[in-house]
Amino acid sequence: MASEGGTTGYIVHHLTPLTVGEGFWTLHLDTLFFSAALGALFIWFFKSVAESVTTGVPGPAQNFAEMMIEFVDQQVKDTFHGQSKLIAPLGLTIFCWVFLWNMMDLLPVDLLSLISSLMGIEYLRVVPSTDLNATFALSISVFILILFYSIKIKGVLGFAKEMTCTPFGPWMMPFNLLLKTVEEIAKPISLALRLFGNLYAGELIFILIALLPAFVQPLLSFPWAIFHILIIVLQAFIFMVLTIVYLSMAHEDH
Amino acid sequence: MSINATLIGQMITFTLLVWFTMQYVWPPLIEALDERKKKIAEGLAAAEKGQEDIKLAEKKAMKYLKEAKTESANIIALAQKRANEVVEESKETAKLEGERMIESAKAQIEQEMQQAKETLRKEVSLLAIKAAEQILQEEVDKAKHKDIISKVSAQLG
Repeated sequence: MASEGGTTGYIVHHLTPLTVGEGFWTLHLDTLFFSAALGALFIWFFKSVAESVTTGVPGPAQNFAEMMIEFVDQQVKDTFHGQSKLIAPLGLTIFCWVFLWNMMDLLPVDLLSLISSLMGIEYLRVVPSTDLNATFALSISVFILILFYSIKIKGVLGFAKEMTCTPFGPWMMPFNLLLKTVEEIAKPISLALRLFGNLYAGELIFILIALLPAFVQPLLSFPWAIFHILIIVLQAFIFMVLTIVYLSMAHEDH
Repeated sequence: MSINATLIGQMITFTLLVWFTMQYVWPPLIEALDERKKKIAEGLAAAEKGQEDIKLAEKKAMKYLKEAKTESANIIALAQKRANEVVEESKETAKLEGERMIESAKAQIEQEMQQAKETLRKEVSLLAIKAAEQILQEEVDKAKHKDIISKVSAQLG
């Protein structure tokens, strides 16, 4: 349990990422490794299903994959009324990837860091969604797509017009621009911070529970873990749905 | 808790994942799903059509049954009529036959009566001659009175 440095040291230790490099060019190796590994898991599963896909009676793996696909497809169809080859696969990737990130939260907080410390790695933060870099990487990518599709669908002029002439008409141009800029910028920031905040808080509570005496821990960590099952799916779902909503807004001409 | 180059690494990973999903995961799966949906729809349509066909066939069968019933009723009626005719005919024939038999019996009786009359006549004439002979004994010369005898005989005949 608590290593040298007491309670604070334990918490800080658990929230410190494994890094290389200095300044901006610091890399969080744990975040990169776990997200890539989970991404590979996602890709491996869906790719193997896609390769052996049958239109007949599906096996359990295909059944599950189809369930996910239909679920995401339904969300896209409900929100987005247009043709896009990107949005649905994007939604699926976000949902599954974020879900897998969040799921790492359910592993015992000390388990992987104990294993890694045995291997000589001092710091390890296993949940990628508790890293702002990971959540912002997703939301900024989405933001780039929003800008790209806004300009692609509405044209540069159309986009400029939307940014300056809504919601209050051309006479309020600077105010409109300020308002719209805040509105647009708020999208990636809220996406990233919502996911980060929820998962960071959840992880922190797991760490705090882990500080309690051993016989009290299950009483608290068990209900919290059950509650967390809901949270991790919900956060992944929210991220996916908001991405779809933002992109369909970018596709709509006002 | 700082934004750093990890962000870029994560964005690259994310882009790769999305690209891969778009390219290799989504299309075959959604295609299979659509295909299956189509299959199910076709199956349902076929089932509905089958149901319709059964109804149609039932209707047809009912029609045929009705026709067969009418036909058989007709046949029975015809047979009854024919049977009546046959009975009538045989009655007629029997009547005719009977009449014919009566007729022939009558003719036979007539013939027998004639024969009896003839025989009777011959016997009566013989008797008469014999009686006359006895009466006239000796007196009658057969050769002499040949004419008379034959005359009487002819009258009696």
